[in-house]
Parts: sequence; structure tokens; C-alpha cells
Amino acid sequence: MRRIPLSALIGLFFTGLFLFTALFAQWIAPYPLDAVLGKVWEPPSEQFLLGTDTIGRDILSRLIYGGQITIFVALVSSLLSFGLGSFLGFLAAVRGGWVDQVLSRVVDLVMAIPSLIVALVVLSVLPINLTVLILVMGLLDSTRVFRLSRAVAMDIAVMDYVEAAKLRGEGQMWVIFREILPNALSPLVAEFGLRFIFAVLFISTLSFLGLGIQPPLADWGGMVKENKDGLVYGKAAALMPALAIAALAISVNLVADWVLSRTSSLKGGRGA
Amino acid sequence: MPDLLDIRNLRIEATSYPPDGPPRDVVLVDDVSVSVAKGRVLGLIGESGAGKSTIGLSAMAYGRGGVRLTGGQVLLNGRDIRGLGAAGLRELRGREVTYVAQSAAAAFNPAQRLMEQVIETSLTHGLMGRAEAEARAVGLFRKLGLPNPETFGNRYPHQVSGGQLQRAMTAMALCPKPDLVIFDEPTTALDVTTQIDVLAAIKDAIRDTGVAALYITHDLAVVAQVADDILVLRHGKKVEYGTVAEIITAPKEAYTQALVSVRSIDHVEKGEAPSVLSIQQVTARYRGTNFDVLKNVTLDLPAGQTLAVVGESGSGKSTLARVITGLLPPGRGKIVFGGRTLSPDLQSRTKDDLRELQMIYQMADVAMNPRQTVGTIIGRPLEFYFGLKGEAKRRRVQELLDQIEMGKGYIDRYPAELSGGQKQRVCIARALAAKPKLIICDEVTSALDPLVADGILKLLLNLQAQEHVAYLFITHDLATVKAIADRIAVMYRGEVVRYGTKTDVLTPPFDDYTDLLLSSVPEMELGWLESVLAHRKMESAGN
Repeated sequence: MRRIPLSALIGLFFTGLFLFTALFAQWIAPYPLDAVLGKVWEPPSEQFLLGTDTIGRDILSRLIYGGQITIFVALVSSLLSFGLGSFLGFLAAVRGGWVDQVLSRVVDLVMAIPSLIVALVVLSVLPINLTVLILVMGLLDSTRVFRLSRAVAMDIAVMDYVEAAKLRGEGQMWVIFREILPNALSPLVAEFGLRFIFAVLFISTLSFLGLGIQPPLADWGGMVKENKDGLVYGKAAALMPALAIAALAISVNLVADWVLSRTSSLKGGRGA
Repeated sequence: MPDLLDIRNLRIEATSYPPDGPPRDVVLVDDVSVSVAKGRVLGLIGESGAGKSTIGLSAMAYGRGGVRLTGGQVLLNGRDIRGLGAAGLRELRGREVTYVAQSAAAAFNPAQRLMEQVIETSLTHGLMGRAEAEARAVGLFRKLGLPNPETFGNRYPHQVSGGQLQRAMTAMALCPKPDLVIFDEPTTALDVTTQIDVLAAIKDAIRDTGVAALYITHDLAVVAQVADDILVLRHGKKVEYGTVAEIITAPKEAYTQALVSVRSIDHVEKGEAPSVLSIQQVTARYRGTNFDVLKNVTLDLPAGQTLAVVGESGSGKSTLARVITGLLPPGRGKIVFGGRTLSPDLQSRTKDDLRELQMIYQMADVAMNPRQTVGTIIGRPLEFYFGLKGEAKRRRVQELLDQIEMGKGYIDRYPAELSGGQKQRVCIARALAAKPKLIICDEVTSALDPLVADGILKLLLNLQAQEHVAYLFITHDLATVKAIADRIAVMYRGEVVRYGTKTDVLTPPFDDYTDLLLSSVPEMELGWLESVLAHRKMESAGN
């Protein structure tokens, strides 16, 4: 293992911190999620470390619980998009022909419309709950993963070892999961970090527009929305969740950059 | 008068980053001293990793990726170039020393005409005006035997052949009238029939311009034709240094002797036998093209014997392998294998058809999944075809490893932890694991150093005797063919121009193409190049 650069260490530390607080929100948060405890938009004090929000709830507690929801939704939808997108991408690369044509054209079609608009239309029709949110986000994002994994798998599928497996008579699933997947994993892992951040931003955007996580649950985008009016009166409450989003995005990106540079320097398939 | 280039006790190091463990310094070149006088050609010869390119590049004080000159002196025209700063080196490179790389196709800028690139160095150094430089380039084109020398420079790199591009790069190197040219494997990537022309052109150009040269290659027969002196290197150390005649006719060191006597495998041709593979009037083309890559090919391979398919790149020999394996269904004709007619495409072949027909590739690197261990790679066919599992599978893998002369301890290694020769051996074991009747060997030794390739050929012959497996051996290297074939098919532009037993094919009278091919293989004797060129009947395809 080579030395981990400082930026990646910082990224790893804060990403870990976010994940830890999200995982143990119930024990870390000083107050319940929706208890009204103080006055409207109180400044930070010893009692409320980050102040209170638009109806007097503790911002720190809501930030911690909100992080849990935000990270959960983003993580599950990214996992969904990667599972689906990479499988179909590999399949398209291995099968070629009409399978590739149909899948790629459908993906082109979906990608031709901005995903935020598709999501807004779909979510305004469907009932909004966590499952629907995750499905919509996961499916929309899987088109991006499809494109990447297809391109990566195309390069791998022309390798002699894949040809050797085909000549041996191996089935498609063996070729996809045993020959291609292990070699495509590192670029996909690096991409996962970036896609996860996009998912965080996406769910926050949806919530800010009122089509994401619904009250009484809290998430960061929703918190920005609730407190945005305070900005007019010089209250910093809306900035707290915005800062949290930015901090998470930057720290995950630092890690993803490091993974990316590691994997690209390993191009050519050296074992690692 | 001092020598033009004088390398004294050169030591070159680099930092290596192993996947496990801390970075460490490795010595690439250790205590090498050599000198080149004006107008002389020094051949640097050795296997990959011997440090020959590293020494060559040190003559222009250049080190690839983290390579450092840590000891000794490199004197060019009497001054140590290690002491020159960046500006001094800029003056030196392209003015006093120039470089010819192995792959001309990768070295030329595809977006610029050849003339611009050939005269660029002369112009940037202010050595001559544009008109003078262009005139000199045209003269060099003529000297190097390029077609239409007046207009040749107007072409783009993709519009000329590989052999012509290599000569254009030689012109580029000679244009600024350097004192020293470094040739780094300039003919290795070319077909034999093209190589010989490029070799002759380079040799004439060196003689006519009186330039000194370092000629780097792994092929002793090639360097014997152009060099005056030879330095044999191994693992970054000097093995032997002498004139060409000394090295070729009276090598002193054991390693040099092995290099000189390489390809001395004695293989007696086998007699008649029932056929295992019979290719009948096969014609094939790639989808979306209207050009037949294979035309009416008919060949027969007796069981347990070796059929060598010889030809240059583009002759259709690899396509033939794709047709036999079912990757490219033929347009017409049929293939009979082991008594039954093979289905034209891969999907409809039986598991036994697939098992009995195995393949070994040229690049062992990419023929093995880098994320699988040797045990998995060899074990998979055992599991897939014979249902072997667990301990039984592991035992059989170990048996196969013993058969390919690789001992214990390799079973859990990854391909990246093996040498080139070992990788190819593992690929052979993987093919053997299926107990095949026929193994298609596609240029299996061309990417290997001569001594390693020799070992692989010997192994293949031993395995054939033990397992009674037939080989379809695709190659462009006639020395290999002579070593192992029972039958030979010579292919030229998709057709079989000559086919028969080894003795028949290699005995005159020859057809024109076979004659050209056979006469182009460099032989390890002085003056071979001149005598061959004097007796030519046919122009090579590279012209």
C-alpha cells in the first residue's frame, strides 16, 4: 500500500464522520427530530449548538437525523443504479447486436430529457414515499452508469482472455461476473463515489422543491427549504444544511479522486 | 582523436514501486563502458530488461520515467553530457544526437505531413533554411529507397506503409546531420520481407553519411548485418564486447554462445497419419466488407503433428484461426475435425468440439484474466469440461504445472507475478487441461526473447510426444517453422501458395513468394544482407 495523500486522508476522515453520525443518529442527536424546544431562529447557544429553526426545533439534531435520511436514500439509490446499470452495460457489451442497440437507444432516450424534469413529472404523478423516491432516482441514474460500464466492458470484452472463455463455451453470466466484473471494478468504484454525491445533491434538490422527503421526516434539502425565508432576516439557519451538503460532497470527492488516480495508474490490469 | 561517444562505467538506477512493500532503488545498468568512433556502428543486444534501450537513451542524457544516471560518465565529442543543463541538452539533442524509435506509426504525428516532421529538427535548431532542409530530406528519401522521393514528403503518415514510415523516421534522424544516431529496434515491428529492405536502406544511409550509430535490437542475426562492433548485455551488465566477427564466429561467454546457437532445435518430420483437421475450400470475409480475407483455402493436418501456417501480416493466417474456432463463420467451404463436420459458428458447437479444439495466444499478458490466480486459470477448464472440484482439481492443476516445468508455489500467483515465458507456459497448461486433439498456436513465441521462445518450442514438442496433440502453428517466423513443423502452408493475400510436408516446402524449386519469404529471414553470418539483395526475384509487399 502506497502512502495515502493528505487530501484523501481528510476526505476519508470526514466521510467516516458523516457515515458514523448518520448510522448512530438516534444516540448522537441531543434532541428528538421534531420537538419544538425554543423560540423561532434562535442564534447558536450552549443549549442549541447550531441554533433553532423556523418553528424552534434544534437544528443540530435535525441535521443529524436529516443526514441519516439523505445518506440512506442516496446510498440505496446509487447501489440500485450501479447494480442495474453495470449489469445491463456489461450485457450490452458482451452481447452486442440488437441487445446493445435496444438498451443503448432506450438509455439515449432517457438521457435526452434532463433527469430533474423527468423526476419532477414522475413524482408529481406517483405517491411520494421513500421506495418510490429511491426507485426513480436509481433508475434515472442507472443510465449514466450504463454508459460508463458499457464503455469499460467494451475494452475488456475484446481481451484475449474473454475470447478464451467464449471459446471454452462459458455462458454469458460467467463472462460478465467472472471475467469482466473483476476487471471493471476499480473504475466503477471510483465512479460510485461521484455518483453518490450526485444522488445527495439530487435528493436535496427534490426535497427543496417539495417533491422529495416529506415532513415530518427531515432531510438537508428540506431543511434549506424550511429555513430559506430566514435568510432575508439575516438568520443563518438555512446555511447549516447547505454547508453539510457541501462538506459531504467535498469529502467524498476527495476520496473518489484518490481512488480514481489509483485505478487509472493501474491501467493495464496489474494485480492489486 | 578521441572517440565520438565514450561511455565509462555507466550506472543507471530507477525507483521501483512494488505492489507490496516500500519503494526501492533498482540498478538497471551497472558498470558498462563502451565507445563508438566516428562512422562506426555499435550493436547493443540483449533480452528485454537487459538495459539496452536505457543505455541507448543515456547517450542523449535521457531517462524514461524516473530513470537516473547515478554513476560514470557519458562523453560525447569529448565533454560529459551529464553535466549539461536543460538548455545544453536541448542544444545537444537533435543537433548532435538523434533517435529512431521502434514504432514509427506511434512516433509520427498523424495530423502533419511527413515533410514537416522530417525537417522540423533542422529548422528549430537553425541548422539550415527551409529550402535547404527540404532538398536534403528529398535526397535522404531517395537514398533510403522511398518511392517518388520528390512528393513523398507531402503524404500523411497513414498514407504510407509501415516499412516506409520506418525509413521516413530514419530520414528524420539523419536530416540535421547528427554525429550519432540511436536506432532503437527499428525493424522489430516489421514483416521479414519488409525488414530486409529497411535494414539495407539504413545500412546504406549510415555508410553514405558517415554518421556513427548505436543499433539496439534483440535479434543477433539482424545486428550482425549492420554493426561493426557488438556489446552483449544481460541484466544491465556487460557480457561480451567485440567486433561482429568475433561475436558471431567465436563467442567466448556461454550466454553469447546460447544466443548464437539459438533455434537449433532438431525436429524430425513425422510420416503419414490420419487427419484430425481438414479445411475444405474455405472462403471467408468479415461482416460489412466485400473483400475475401480467405480464398478457397484447403489444408489437412494429420493427428499428432504440426502444421505451420506462414505468412506476413495481412496474409489471412490469423483469420484462418478465427474460422476454425468458429469466431468467424466461413462464407463457403467446410471444416472437418476429428471425423465430424464442425458447425460453422461457435454457439452451435458441442462441448466436446470446444474441448478438443484449444487455443494459445500471442500475448500471454492479455490471454489471462489478471484478477485470477494461476490455479483458477488452469483449473477452470478442468471444472468446466470434467467436473473436477476441490482437492482433485488442485492435484490435477499441480500435475499440469509439473508438465509445463513450473514447480510448486505458482498455483496461487497472479499473472502479473510471472515472467513472460512463465505466462505463456500457463496458457499452454490451460489449453492442455482440456485434453485437446488440436491446439491452435497463434504467434505464441513472437513476443518472447529468443532463448525463452526456444524453451517454449521445446516444451511444445515434448508435450506433443506425450499427449499426441496436433498443433496448427501460426507464425511469421520461418526459423520457428523449421524447428517444429511437420507440414507447412505458406499464405499470401488470403491464398495458400504452397503447401506440403516440411521437406517439400523448403526444397527448391520455389515459387516467387516462398523464395522471397525464405530468403528474407536474417541469417547469422556476415555479408548475408548483400548476397540476398543481389539475388532477389520479387519486390516485397512493403514497397
